[in-house]
Amino acid sequence: MVIPSPGPLSRDAELSPRIGAIVVGVSAGAINALSVLLPALPRELAVAVIVVVHVSAGRRSLLCDLFRARCAMRVREPVDKEPVGAGTIWFAPPDYHLLVERERTFALSLEAPVHFSRPSIDVLFESAADAYGSELLAIVLTSASCDGSAGALSVRSHGGTVVVQEPDTAEAPLLPRLVIAQGSPHKVGTLLEICDFVRATVEGGAP
Amino acid sequence: MTTEAGFDLDDGELSLLLEAIYLRFHYDFRNYARASLRRRLAQALLRLRCETLSHLQARLFREPEVFTLLLQVLTVQVSDLFRDPPFFRYLREQIVPELRTYPSLKVWVAGCAAGEEVFSLSILLREEGLLDRAMIYATDINPEALRKAEAGVYALERVPTFTENHRASGGRSSLSDYYTAAYGSAVLDRSLLKRVVFSDHSLATDNVFAEVQLVLCRNVLIYFDKVLQSRAIGLFKDALCRRGFLGLGSRESLAFSAHAAAFKRTFPNEQWYRRW
Ligand SMILES: C[S@@+](CC[C@H](N)C(=O)[O-])C[C@H]1O[C@@H](n2cnc3c(N)ncnc32)[C@H](O)[C@@H]1O
Repeated sequence: MVIPSPGPLSRDAELSPRIGAIVVGVSAGAINALSVLLPALPRELAVAVIVVVHVSAGRRSLLCDLFRARCAMRVREPVDKEPVGAGTIWFAPPDYHLLVERERTFALSLEAPVHFSRPSIDVLFESAADAYGSELLAIVLTSASCDGSAGALSVRSHGGTVVVQEPDTAEAPLLPRLVIAQGSPHKVGTLLEICDFVRATVEGGAP
Repeated sequence: MTTEAGFDLDDGELSLLLEAIYLRFHYDFRNYARASLRRRLAQALLRLRCETLSHLQARLFREPEVFTLLLQVLTVQVSDLFRDPPFFRYLREQIVPELRTYPSLKVWVAGCAAGEEVFSLSILLREEGLLDRAMIYATDINPEALRKAEAGVYALERVPTFTENHRASGGRSSLSDYYTAAYGSAVLDRSLLKRVVFSDHSLATDNVFAEVQLVLCRNVLIYFDKVLQSRAIGLFKDALCRRGFLGLGSRESLAFSAHAAAFKRTFPNEQWYRRW
């Protein structure tokens, strides 16, 4: 299903803005959804993929260990001030907000949780929207929290591209529904359709 | 339009506001990391019911209480006793043995917030038998936080986390030996502060005040941009004796700092450095 978008948009990669970074927000059902999306991304993908997963404030996140073995791209958690490197999947570290500065370095913060979440999808999306403008691609996946809907709106208002998992195919449809209801997404699809969209739209995505 | 997110704040107004705060109140936020600073300023606008940063600026000059409130929003106070237990475990197991070799021990806790880190350190040093020969300088720019630190009173509901952290950090005693519960609060043992001096000191505008063997500065550098971070790390470099230790927050690193060469990451852990 393709929802008509408010701004000019083409599925044709020639006409879409160049994608400079991808941000992904996901919560309940994250492991299953990411297990489809992330391993499908080729090592040559010429952008950073920055992922916020709501995880309880544990001592150490297991996400990197879990996905490193399965993904072609590099998988890491950033430290503060680290440049947002392309070709890498970056997981937000537990118990910090993850932001992107305009000079395209990572920044961390311990501010209060947003919608009970730290890291927060809104915080990442809003800062990345500011840093990347129309070059940002935001992917909203299964989540039972409303954290991420304000962020998706901000991505849209900065001219970025918003892609949402089809709610009926999401383990938790709340966030996908909220973002669709805002009328902002450029594409709504299954996980496999989203993979295809990314490979077709992003430099280095297709062989 | 101003969103809560704060990414639509006008950049010109933002720079002017920071300049005004510096001139009028001598707090220098000009080189704070911008992305999270913008969020906090947007929150300040909401809390203070200001439409724009210019409006906030005008009020700052006329209503003294506005700055007091703004300072609370701009400085992030989140902390815990033994926050990040592996950090303290490392300190206890790997660094304390080296610290024992100094006849007297001076420590600087920079950005001590409401004192949680200071009490953690005091408890650890007491458990290790080092507190009596230690001197701890605890500094922050937030006077409200320093006042709370000196009082040493925390909400009782935080104690289970404190206790769990203390145990996970390798604590040798029971945390309950160090506080008394009263009226929904945990009051920390005053004797833990016998070797502590609190003072108002800014890593952005003040200078080195003592030679120390250990600096703890955790989750403060994340709020600075690279220029200010470099200034702060420069202060630590000058304050530390040769082979002194620097401990950072769990997601901080000297890897992107101009002073990286003055320090050695002698431990596998990115959080701990030695002045070289
Ligand atoms: C998140 S708290 C860190 C608390 C503690 N170190 C920890 O990690 O648990 C950050 C602290 O840095 C202080 N701070 C901010 N700017 C500062 C500056 N320029 N100089 C000294 N302290 C500063 C804030 O007031 C706040 O108390």
